[in-house]
Amino acid sequence: MPLDFPLFPEAASTMAGQVDAIYLFLVALSAFFSILIAGAVVYCAVRYRRRSDDEIGSNLHGSLLLEIVWSAIPLAIVLVLFFWGAKVFFAQSRPPADAIEYTAIGKQWMWKFQHPDGQREINTLHVPKGQPIVIKAISQDVIHSLYFPAFRVKKDVIPGRYTTVWFEATKTGSFHLFCAEFCGAEHSLMGGQVVVLEPEDYERWLAGGAATAQAPEEAGRQLFDQLACGTCHGEGDGGRGPSLHDIYGEEVRLVDGRTVTIDDQYLRESILTPAEKIVDGYSPLMPTYQGQISEENVFKLITYIKSLSPSPEDAAEANPAENAASAADEATEETL
Amino acid sequence: MSASAEAHSPELQHHFDSMEQQRSASTLGMWAFVAQELMFFGGLFTAYLVYRYLYPIGFELGSAQLDIKLGGFNTAVLLASSFTMAMAVWAAQTGKKKVLLWMLIATLALGAVFLGVKYVEYSAKIEHHLVPGYNFESDSPYAGQIKMFMALYFAMTGMHALHMVVGFGLLLFYIYHAAKGRYTPEYSHPIELFGLYWHFVDIVWIFLFPLLYLLGRA
Amino acid sequence: MSTLITDSSRSNYLNAAYGIKSWLLTKDHKRIALLYLVAVSIFFSVGGLFAALIRLELLTPEGDMVQPDIYNRLFTMHGVIMIFFFLIPAIPAVLGNFILPLMVGAKDLAFPRINLASFYVYVVAGILGVWALINGGVDTGWTFYTPYSSMYSNTQVTLVAMAGFIAGFSSIMTAVNFIVTVHRMRAPGLTWFRMPLMVWALYATSIIIMLATPVLAITLVMLMLDHSLHIGIFDPAQGGDPVLFQHLFWFYSHPAVYIMILPAMGVISELVAAFSRKKVFGYTFVVYSSLSIAFLGFLVWGHHLFVSGQSVYAGAVFSILSMLVAIPSAVKVFNWTATLFQGSVSYQTPMLYALGFIGLFTIGGLTGVFLATMGLDTHVHDTYFVVAHFHYVMVGGTIMGYLGGLHYWWPKISGKLYPEFWAKISALLVFVGFNLTFFPQFIVGYLGMPRRYHAYPPEFQVFNVLSTAGASVLGLGYLLPIIYLTWSMRYGKKAPANPWGAVGLEWETASPPPTFNFDDDPVVEHEAYDYHHRPEEPRVA
Repeated sequence: MPLDFPLFPEAASTMAGQVDAIYLFLVALSAFFSILIAGAVVYCAVRYRRRSDDEIGSNLHGSLLLEIVWSAIPLAIVLVLFFWGAKVFFAQSRPPADAIEYTAIGKQWMWKFQHPDGQREINTLHVPKGQPIVIKAISQDVIHSLYFPAFRVKKDVIPGRYTTVWFEATKTGSFHLFCAEFCGAEHSLMGGQVVVLEPEDYERWLAGGAATAQAPEEAGRQLFDQLACGTCHGEGDGGRGPSLHDIYGEEVRLVDGRTVTIDDQYLRESILTPAEKIVDGYSPLMPTYQGQISEENVFKLITYIKSLSPSPEDAAEANPAENAASAADEATEETL
Repeated sequence: MSASAEAHSPELQHHFDSMEQQRSASTLGMWAFVAQELMFFGGLFTAYLVYRYLYPIGFELGSAQLDIKLGGFNTAVLLASSFTMAMAVWAAQTGKKKVLLWMLIATLALGAVFLGVKYVEYSAKIEHHLVPGYNFESDSPYAGQIKMFMALYFAMTGMHALHMVVGFGLLLFYIYHAAKGRYTPEYSHPIELFGLYWHFVDIVWIFLFPLLYLLGRA
Repeated sequence: MSTLITDSSRSNYLNAAYGIKSWLLTKDHKRIALLYLVAVSIFFSVGGLFAALIRLELLTPEGDMVQPDIYNRLFTMHGVIMIFFFLIPAIPAVLGNFILPLMVGAKDLAFPRINLASFYVYVVAGILGVWALINGGVDTGWTFYTPYSSMYSNTQVTLVAMAGFIAGFSSIMTAVNFIVTVHRMRAPGLTWFRMPLMVWALYATSIIIMLATPVLAITLVMLMLDHSLHIGIFDPAQGGDPVLFQHLFWFYSHPAVYIMILPAMGVISELVAAFSRKKVFGYTFVVYSSLSIAFLGFLVWGHHLFVSGQSVYAGAVFSILSMLVAIPSAVKVFNWTATLFQGSVSYQTPMLYALGFIGLFTIGGLTGVFLATMGLDTHVHDTYFVVAHFHYVMVGGTIMGYLGGLHYWWPKISGKLYPEFWAKISALLVFVGFNLTFFPQFIVGYLGMPRRYHAYPPEFQVFNVLSTAGASVLGLGYLLPIIYLTWSMRYGKKAPANPWGAVGLEWETASPPPTFNFDDDPVVEHEAYDYHHRPEEPRVA
């Protein structure tokens, strides 16, 4: 049994300090109230102990003032905590605009990660220090939860729906990576390490495995050709399906009158279950690809389709404010 | 004990002081039961609303698979049974034992018609391969959504039908005792309470019918 | 009412009839309470056995005692049995069943036959649960999250969900009975605001049971359909929404937490008043705090879904509403503490449990605020921090309240006194063992150890060893009462009608009470806990 055990988790992200601050504040607050109440209980129990068998207590039965005071104080404290906690939570939920996108697929019982350049890893994730990283994740089977204790972030990874988690590592080293949502027999083994490297070491590490890596856009383009998506989704608007150029982030009207924003989730649904959200003016001709394309390949296709629209950097140069807003929208788009 | 000492109805249970207390206790109990029933169906209605919002087209297509004529007929049958049930309660309260008996029998008959029509509807769904988890097949591009609609259709109408069957069994019990003349104006609350239950089951159908059969039809 | 005290020859509910049939077919709420006592004790022991095996497995980080799929069954069955078959029925169906009619001065609950039926429904559910256990158990966690439970687990999900479904009807029956009894069967003079706080707590609990349990029932029905027929209501591969299950599940299961803790709070109010011989400080505020906990309990379920991808705005609403629960909870703790002030405090066993409860519930409640704080929950969600938190509330709260109440009313229930020395030893063991078991879990949880882990990184071992050590002390603490209470039924000293010198209608009738509870119909003339108008009667020390 290792005896040099830690009492406090390592803090290795920009978020860790903010979460720890709330935690330490609450620990102090809890200690204060627990000691206050325990002290009062012990004092009263001793001071007013029963001295004769037929003794009874005083006729004291309440005080409106005290009730108001000890309702108002907790109310004030929890309001502070609410706003503080919400502020940190909003920061955790909204990746900064310059975050680099990785992808993760959870399946019983492993994590499959892909780097922006196409490099793939299983159960281990190498990331550069000092760079905001957003992981777009989906599950292939049951609900999992991607948890990096040293970064103080966690997000459920759900089948059929993209969720994101982001962090910016501030310390090099190797830290735990867990699945936090119970997912079956080997749940406790579904994890590994996240390895934070200096940016130049990270580049070197990437270069070491580059031989097999293929950029996801490129892989997506090949898949797009292979599945002959282009026969219907041509460049112009005359095809049997809508054009896929310059559409990402736009709003479209559907045949049932609703409007949706074209984001990763909508692209995914349109590939797998195309009939459910048909763009106004088109017919449900496209076959379903549910069960025929792996989640990895859906990621590739989406990356390719996104590359057909102006990249975020270009948009950021053109109109930085709008871009920040759309990044925020994306973060809150996570349904229900 | 003095309140009830004068007239001890044979139906007064030992732990109540008076028939009023017994009646008001049972009535409140029945309302509490109806409240929990409401929450029970509430869970299903929530699921229905969520999926209807997610899949509006599939739900319209699914709704088109249902037989609006049979559904409408059944609605009329249930409304009629509510009327006969209300008559039965009135008869019990006013001591018209014969009317009570016949109204209960009429309610039973209407309930049986409802279940019979439901049987016909279900058989048609089985024939048309519309039963999720059993034989669902569809070549519509919206097959998945229609399947979800049908799953909820069976869950909701199935739960409703189950309540009808329970009511059916209870009715047999009350008919037996009504035939023996057990219910008097002083002891009419079993019939009143059963009436509450029966009306509740009817009201659930009054919500189910438009949600499942009517919404989204051109 | 002065001759009824210790006449051993008089008829009471225990000696009114003999034979197995007089027990199994009884409609007397007091006998039904005893039937429940036996049943929940059995389930508590089974659930405790699972806990012991879990703790043994976690002694070492490697997960080398049982296979992972066995471990998953262990913690699932521990949770299912403890929650559905022990914590939910324990205080209402045992103590509440026994004491509620006595406290309101009624001869029985409003619907004695439904009361007996609720017991048998509970037994059927229990047998189904045990049968599922023998046939392989279930491995989904007590939360049954879809699509794992509906589509992937090939264990007895349908059977266990059916057991939960049936057990729900048992609690609904009890709840309806309590609601009607409180409304319609109070003794003359017992106005709403003269009712003991235990009655208020049971009433608030019954309202929650009545409105929340059916939602769980229908959710479990949909889960069973999904698992057995694969119709896919919660299966994303078929267009279903797995997170909808979480919403429906927690719509019941968060209020269920208050179903478990509110009755314990009611017990604590009784104990604090009786052993301080003083009116509960701020009585009306304690009443309203119970009602507001019951009400708020319905609006906070979404705090279980902060990291499930629900919208941040929904999360914010659920966060603030969850925070508000802290206020009525704090009001209760402060009022109990203030009740001791200028009281006449004695330290018999029930009071030790009550004082323990106040301390442990304070920690359990405050750590609930940690979890309601969204930015912090992101880190501690689904870790051992959560495990520690709910055990502080459920074990430190509910079980302490249950044991305190059981000792307090034991003379009334059995007509015998329990051995005070052994009871104090056991209360001490429970308190020490409990803290040793669960406090380290807060630390290891913040370190990041996820819950439901069969194997874990070695640096977490120290805390797990401490937990296991504490669990063995706690186990001993729980074993003792089973032994000495059983012993006392035969060999204990005869209990007087009012061994504590407490006020309340239950202490104005004999121990044990006659079949119809009171020889003369009681009339209430004073407020609850009015020690300055204590009825004159001879007390036996």
